[in-house]
Amino acid sequence: MIPAAFDYKKAGSSEEAVALIVEHGDEAKFLAGGHSLIPMMKLRLAVPSVLVDIAGVEDLSYIDDRGDHIAIGALTKHRSLETSDLLIAECPLLAHVASKVGDPQVRHRGTLGGSLAHSDPASDLPAAVLALGGSLIAEGPNGQREIGVADFFTGYFESALSDDEMLTEVRVPKAPGASWSYQKFNRRAQDWAIVGVAAVEVQGAAQIALVNMGSTPLRAEAVEAALAGGASAAEAAEAAADGTDAPTDLNASPEYRDHLARVLTKRALEASGIS
Amino acid sequence: MELSVTVNGTGHVSEVEARTLLVYYLRDELGLTGTNVGCDTSSCGACTVHVNGESVKSCTMLAVQADGQEVTTIEGLAPSSDELHPMQESFQNNHGLQCGYCTPGMVMAACSLLDENPAPTEDEVREGLEGNLCRCTGYHNIVKAVLACSGQDVS
Repeated sequence: MIPAAFDYKKAGSSEEAVALIVEHGDEAKFLAGGHSLIPMMKLRLAVPSVLVDIAGVEDLSYIDDRGDHIAIGALTKHRSLETSDLLIAECPLLAHVASKVGDPQVRHRGTLGGSLAHSDPASDLPAAVLALGGSLIAEGPNGQREIGVADFFTGYFESALSDDEMLTEVRVPKAPGASWSYQKFNRRAQDWAIVGVAAVEVQGAAQIALVNMGSTPLRAEAVEAALAGGASAAEAAEAAADGTDAPTDLNASPEYRDHLARVLTKRALEASGIS
Repeated sequence: MELSVTVNGTGHVSEVEARTLLVYYLRDELGLTGTNVGCDTSSCGACTVHVNGESVKSCTMLAVQADGQEVTTIEGLAPSSDELHPMQESFQNNHGLQCGYCTPGMVMAACSLLDENPAPTEDEVREGLEGNLCRCTGYHNIVKAVLACSGQDVS
């Protein structure tokens, strides 16, 4: 399978990347690792007329200690997240979830910013960042803005980024020593989660996000409220599918996904000891 | 588009269409047909090559994304034409193949795995090769070959 023809532009800086996107309008797409976009282009589900390759933009691959949070450059590869000593110490949920994306070859190419900007509700990293809280930095023709992660995922493969904005940085709060768990259920190695649950305790409060239970990654607000009200893990997990809108596909019906969300949430709470 | 890339230590400058996938550049332009196209959907890993020393699926990468970089294919692994790379030798010694179609990708993925984790456990080998499918289901001896290549006793 070969993608439809397109014009290829290489950006050397984020300013140049944004200028190229502005010049070519909404028919243009950013290309980072390409591990979400290229498969979609091969299937002709995505047919951009211009690709702006940002992989060569210097200084967008880093994992920095910024006091109360960790700042991660948008072009940081999954493999770098997985193996970062800083992340393993200060935000282990994110390092672990990165290690569960696809397979080693995918993790050698795929980037955190690419995964978040792609906003696939079945992807692992969007839910992990949503569970952690934090924010994302977007750069556009009028400069930078910060978007809270709760406002970032707006629909099925849709984010709060406008067509002329590029995601440049992801900020997640430090949570050293916090309890956490990621439960990913799939039938085949390397596959997307049929359902996934990311749970982490931030300043004493349980924060739980669901993979593939709606058109965006979702916070399991009913579970969080039940735990805050003193419910046990088993009781709280019963509310995991409340307020969700699970999709149907070849792998699972909505009812089965609801069931998985409850079971995996219970496992995540019990494995992490979050209460 | 002009593409300048080093493949198996040799520099190449080629004119390619931007939409050319790396695997087709390697096979059709350079004649390096050791790299196979299997599923063509980033699942099976038959097309695994190294870019700057790391395993990647060359069906999911544009050739132009390799501009200025170093690509190694299965043809570039052995030190000479009458010698095998230790991983190839280990696959041979442990019968780590049946039909052989997945083998180039398996060997490339296995070399990248040992670069990152020189003494993996059996579980780590199985997980480390999760991006490579063997439809003969010959996994047992493949895992054995990788463990043996890392210097571990598999007898």
